[in-house]
Amino acid sequence: MSFEQILFYVFSAITVLAAGMVITVRNPVHAAMFLVLTFFSSAALWMLLEAEFLAIVLVLVYVGAVMVLFLFVVMMLDLNTTLLREGFARYLPLGILVAVLIAVIMGLAVGQNHFGLAQVAAPAPHAASYSNTQQLGELLYTTYVYPFEIAAVILLVAIVAAIALTLRRRPNTKHQRVDQQVATRREDRVRLVSMTAEERK
Amino acid sequence: MIPLSNYLIVGALLFCLGTAGVFLNRKNLIILLMCVELMLLAVNMNFVAFSHYLGDAAGQVFVFFILTVAAAESAIGLAILVVLFRNRGSINVADIDSLKG
Repeated sequence: MSFEQILFYVFSAITVLAAGMVITVRNPVHAAMFLVLTFFSSAALWMLLEAEFLAIVLVLVYVGAVMVLFLFVVMMLDLNTTLLREGFARYLPLGILVAVLIAVIMGLAVGQNHFGLAQVAAPAPHAASYSNTQQLGELLYTTYVYPFEIAAVILLVAIVAAIALTLRRRPNTKHQRVDQQVATRREDRVRLVSMTAEERK
Repeated sequence: MIPLSNYLIVGALLFCLGTAGVFLNRKNLIILLMCVELMLLAVNMNFVAFSHYLGDAAGQVFVFFILTVAAAESAIGLAILVVLFRNRGSINVADIDSLKG
């Protein structure tokens, strides 16, 4: 077994096991942590596939931003985890049945018979001077520049939607009235008093 | 030499686990969102694997777009979750039945 194969099996085992833990652990914080582990090992698998840029982006965007958001929300909400686990045992057979069915069907469709080395030969590794980032950038800013800008607009819409959804104005709280603060003149606040000097005691 | 089918099977297993998670954790909205992320990761795994083995970088561009949309989706999903918790005090899917006829 070559070094590459060992790496592949180790990282794919970690990916699948961590994904299994995500859906079975009791505590949502632990589930988020196992999802982080899944993303890290998938990034390693993508490195094996010579998709270096996407592997780094997966770690930066998913682990660095999305999962932190998940953890933030999990810790902000006061969750009753025992209540949320209701029905876990009841739906366990159904879940396992569906998962095994999908796995068998997918395994038949994408197994060694159709996508083995005989059908799809492994490509030769790229030279050391090959830059995955440059190749992606050239595609992204020429052929796919219009979808790229749409993606930017989608992110903007997501920001606006998330802020608009979670922004709330509470009527009972004391706010600063910025317009009044700005409109204040010196005469409203300062009163000069003329008085005679007092003797030092 | 690792055949393409191995990567596709890892993707298929990730997708199965995501689907099973939707069945198992049907009360907890946060875990449901995580299961959606797992399924998207499975799709991305397939895209990257095909992109590598067919020598076409366009697949990686699509992964880029999927990552963008998934980030937007989870941000809005979590925002909805926070509003839901604020209004109803629970993220149990069974409690979200006020529109039931």
